[in-house]
Amino acid sequence: MNNGRSSRTLLSFLVFGFAFLYVPILLLVVYSFNESRMVTIWGGFSTKWYGALLQDQAMLDAAWKSLRLAFTTACTSLVIGTTAGLALTRFGRFRGKSLLGGLITAPMVMPEVITGLALLLLFVTMEQIFGWPAGRGMTTLWIAHVTFTSSYVAIIIASRLRELDVSIEEAALDLGATPFKVFFLITLPIIAPAMMSGWLLAFTISLDDLVISSFVSGPSSTTLPMVVFSSVRLGLSPKINALATIIVSLVSAGVILSGIVMMRQEKKRQKEIAQAIEDAKRQEAVGAA
Amino acid sequence: MSVAKFKFGRLGVISVPYVWMLLFFLVPFGFVLKISFAEMANAIPPYTDLYRPGPDGEPQLFLNLDNYRYLLEDELYVLSYLNSLKIAAISTLLCLLVGYPMAYAIANAGESWRNVFLMLVILPSWTSFLIRIYAWIGILKNEGLLNNALMSLGIIDSPLQILQTDLAVYIGIVYAYLPFMILPLYTNLVKHDYSLIEAAQDLGCSAWKAFLRITLPLSKGGIVAGSMLVFIPAVGEFVIPELLGGPDTLMIGKVLWNEFNSNRDWPVASAVACVMLVVLIVPLVFFQYVQNKELAKQEDGK
Repeated sequence: MNNGRSSRTLLSFLVFGFAFLYVPILLLVVYSFNESRMVTIWGGFSTKWYGALLQDQAMLDAAWKSLRLAFTTACTSLVIGTTAGLALTRFGRFRGKSLLGGLITAPMVMPEVITGLALLLLFVTMEQIFGWPAGRGMTTLWIAHVTFTSSYVAIIIASRLRELDVSIEEAALDLGATPFKVFFLITLPIIAPAMMSGWLLAFTISLDDLVISSFVSGPSSTTLPMVVFSSVRLGLSPKINALATIIVSLVSAGVILSGIVMMRQEKKRQKEIAQAIEDAKRQEAVGAA
Repeated sequence: MSVAKFKFGRLGVISVPYVWMLLFFLVPFGFVLKISFAEMANAIPPYTDLYRPGPDGEPQLFLNLDNYRYLLEDELYVLSYLNSLKIAAISTLLCLLVGYPMAYAIANAGESWRNVFLMLVILPSWTSFLIRIYAWIGILKNEGLLNNALMSLGIIDSPLQILQTDLAVYIGIVYAYLPFMILPLYTNLVKHDYSLIEAAQDLGCSAWKAFLRITLPLSKGGIVAGSMLVFIPAVGEFVIPELLGGPDTLMIGKVLWNEFNSNRDWPVASAVACVMLVVLIVPLVFFQYVQNKELAKQEDGK
């Protein structure tokens, strides 16, 4: 920035913005250690709500269901999102490409109540005609979640593929490698980090979904957000604060861990580059002597 | 590797996402349209078939327009649509006012700080959406943290009613959707060539004027993308008005949810969804158009 005054203004925007984003979350965490049942009045330090949370069988069952669902969803949408990303960036023009692009971006902005209702009506009609999926449950939840999480995976993969130079892949193809081999030996290793973040994003979005799940779930497939929602609707509950704190700590731990791994890889790469330069210099010196 | 085989493999890769998204995203809207013309029935599923035996015993097509007539006649629906558009528009504007300076500051920060700031913007979205909205109930309610703090500081004598008003809904939407505004704005702003601003300032343009004349017009693409990412989902938002709004906060997502879950009237819920889609089709197509243009620009730039 060119002068001190405007740089201070910019800094204050950031401080204000991040305070807005983080103070509510910090307050949730602080009040999860509140002795009092009244969530907003401090009554001393206690961890009793964590104990109560761990004894809430309905909550634990729902959490386990949600985790399993998020895992299968993330794996499936990784396949669909990656193929969609390839189709949008590596296959040139083909008929219906812009429709595919629309089908990929639309689920991200479509109001969830509409998507949820539409999927439910599809499942009901399919059951009438084909007898499948029988009733609503984990299968219908899985299909619905894959449909809206694949978009996010596709966007991440496609933007990574757009940054990459196609010439390496083209060179390999020219030299006689099969497209299959090129994908597994060249493309896949380069987009692996993007696939990892796509998988994680699909996992967290699936874990978090309330509205679409409520439309397409059955009586025996209550997910964690549905349990949290029915509890929150009735008012504040310290147990939800405890749950929030657990989620926030898991996410922060994940982010810090991946940050450390990435930093290590970067350092290793830098070191290897330095080593390579060193070796080249030494060889040059030997050659000169 | 024969060309025919390569073509076959290419078709295979394209068809995986294509078939899935057609079947589970596009086709379902056809059923929403179809069932919006059905009648509610005491059956499973709770609506009538469009093709059913008529009075003469022959199957014939019954198109029931009553659901749409009902939407027009009952003031509740029209008001809900208008109010949803109003709330979404104001929230989008507020999001822009908070998000633009942040995106600008991040784009102008040092290289090493940018990634840290971006991470800090995205991080809250990785935690639960529902729980982040829940956090605001504790802050905004009458005996909540904000009112307690203001009263103990002596700024106000009696608690402010914020929860269960439209203001709480605005706060909730801005809070939840802010990252979706900041990210496209940042992506746009970070590419700007700073020498343009320097040139303008060397020629005697004030910093503010240079911003208005150069930076703002150049960031139009980011503004449109961010605004659409906030506006379109906000129109149909259900969780935020349900948890933070009051009984008189009319929003169409809430109406659809209630028609479906409380009244069990699937045909009317479908008609509500169809009208909402018609209302949203203009911003949706506009969003798609801007997205495609940005992509084309990126590919040309290479």
